[in-house]
Amino acid sequence: MAKSHKPVVWFPFAAGGTVIAFFLPVIVVLTFMAALGHVPAGLGYERMHAFAGSGLGKLIIFGVVALSLWSSAHRLRCTCYDFGLRADTLVATVLYIGAIAGSILSAVYLMKI
Amino acid sequence: MSRKPLVRECPPTTWYFRQPRYLRYMSREITSVFVGAYCVLLVVGLQRLAAGPAAWEAFLLGLRSADSIVFHLLALAATFYHAATWFNATQKAMPIQVGEDFVPGNIISGAHYVAWAVLSVVVLFLAGVF
Amino acid sequence: MKERTIQLEVLRYNPDTDTEARFQRYEVVCQEEWVVLDALNKIKADIDPTLNYRWSCHMAVCGSCGMMINGEPKLSCHAFLRDYEGVIRVEPLAHFPVERDLVTAPDDFMEKLKRVKPYVIPKEKKPISEGEYKQTPAQLMKFRQYSMCINCMLCYAACPEYGLDPEFVGPAALTLAHRYNQDSRDGGRLARQEVVATHEGVWTCTFVGACSEVCPAHVDPASALQQMKITSSIDWIVEHLIPGGKSARDTVSREDAGDIS
Ligand code: SF4
Ligand code: FES
Repeated sequence: MAKSHKPVVWFPFAAGGTVIAFFLPVIVVLTFMAALGHVPAGLGYERMHAFAGSGLGKLIIFGVVALSLWSSAHRLRCTCYDFGLRADTLVATVLYIGAIAGSILSAVYLMKI
Repeated sequence: MSRKPLVRECPPTTWYFRQPRYLRYMSREITSVFVGAYCVLLVVGLQRLAAGPAAWEAFLLGLRSADSIVFHLLALAATFYHAATWFNATQKAMPIQVGEDFVPGNIISGAHYVAWAVLSVVVLFLAGVF
Repeated sequence: MKERTIQLEVLRYNPDTDTEARFQRYEVVCQEEWVVLDALNKIKADIDPTLNYRWSCHMAVCGSCGMMINGEPKLSCHAFLRDYEGVIRVEPLAHFPVERDLVTAPDDFMEKLKRVKPYVIPKEKKPISEGEYKQTPAQLMKFRQYSMCINCMLCYAACPEYGLDPEFVGPAALTLAHRYNQDSRDGGRLARQEVVATHEGVWTCTFVGACSEVCPAHVDPASALQQMKITSSIDWIVEHLIPGGKSARDTVSREDAGDIS
C-alpha cells in the first residue's frame, strides 16, 4: 500500500468547505434579494465594479469562487461514488477540470474589471 | 469443520435507504450540487460585471424569474445546511485541550456559529442592506 | 415483574445445508426489563437449541454480542425490549460474512487491527532499570477516549464506506492507530502512517459519522479519522513541498518499523 496523494484534493476541499460555510449563505441571501427585486445597494454596478476592481476585492472574490467550486466538485465526486457510480477516475477528472476551468474563467473576468 | 461464510452484499446503489442517518448524510453531500451550481452563477455574474454596466444590470434583472427564485431557495437551504453540518463537525476535527480537559464540543461549534453570524452581518452591512 | 410476549424475527443460516439465509419467527414470553440477548437466550434454552449467536459478559464490556436489531447495529445485551414495539428483527452484523445464524466472521477486522501496529512503539527505548515511562493526567486524557474500544465492530456494521469497499481499514482499527499516535510515550506515528495515510486508510472515509453514533463505548471514531486526515495532509505537504522533509520521514519510519508481530 502506497501513501495516498489525496491531500492534494482534500486540503482545498476542506478549505473550500469552510469558505462555503462562512460566506456562501450570506452571498446567496444577497442575490436572492436581487431575485425578489430588492437589489441591495452594494450590488449596484458602481459599487460592485469598484469592489471587484480593487486588489483585495479581486483576491476575496477569486478565493471564494475558486475554493467553493473545488469543494463542491470534490464532494460531488464522492457523492457519485456513494450513488454507485464506480467510474471514479472519469468522474473525478470531469469535475476537477470543471472546477479549474471555472476558476480560470473567474480569474480572467476579474483581470478585465 | 469446514467454513462456508455467507456474504450479504451492501447494495451499491440503494444502501442509503437502510438507515435514516444515511439519508441525512446523503442530503449533506447533495448540497454540493446546489453549491456548485450557485458557483457557476457567480462565475457568470463576474463575466457580466466585466462586460460593463448594461450587461450587469441585465444580469440582475435576469435573476428575477420564477426559476431563479426557486433555485435561490434551494441554494439557500443547501448552503445553510452545509454550514450547520460543517460547524457541527469542527469540534470533531479540531478538539482543544486546556489543561487536562477538552473544551466541550458545543463551545467550539458555538464559537463558529457566532463568528458566522457576525461575518454575515458585516457582509450584509457592507453590501448596503442596512 | 411484568411479562410480555415478544415476536422475534431472527436470521438463520446453516452453512452445512443452506445456500441462502432466511428469517425465522419466534414467540417468546419475556420479562419487561429484559434485553434482546435475554430473549435469544430464552429461545435457545426453551424453544430452539440450534440457534447460534455470540455473547459473554451480558454487560456491554466484552463486545461479542453485536447484531443488527431492526436494522441498527447494537449490542444485544444493551438493547432493551421496552424500547421496541411489534416484531423485532434480529440479523447478524452487516458488512461481515455470516458464519452461522447470528455469528459473523470477524477475520477481516482482526487482520486490520494488527495492521495498524496497535501497541506503544517507545519514542526512546530505555532499560528497565531506568524505571517506567511516566505520563501526566493531561497526557492520558489526550488518548483515553480512543482507548475505550471494546472491539464490538458495530462501527464497521454502521459504516457504508466499509460496506461498499471492504478494503477500507475502517473506524475501530484506524481509531486505535490514533490512540497510540496520541500517546506521549509513543513514537510510532510515522510507521503507522504507512497504513493510515493510504487510500484504504483514512482516505476512504467520507465522514458519514455513523460509526460515532452507534459506538456503545463513546469512542467517537469519526473524530479520530478527521484528525488523522488533517495530520496526514500536513505530512503530505511536509514531504512534498518542503525541501528536506522527505528524507526525515524515511529515516524515522525505517527505525520504527521494527515489528513485534
Ligand atoms: S470503536 Fe466503538 S463501535 Fe467500533 S469496535 Fe470499538 S467500541 Fe465498537
Ligand atoms: S455480551 Fe458482552 S457486550 Fe454484550
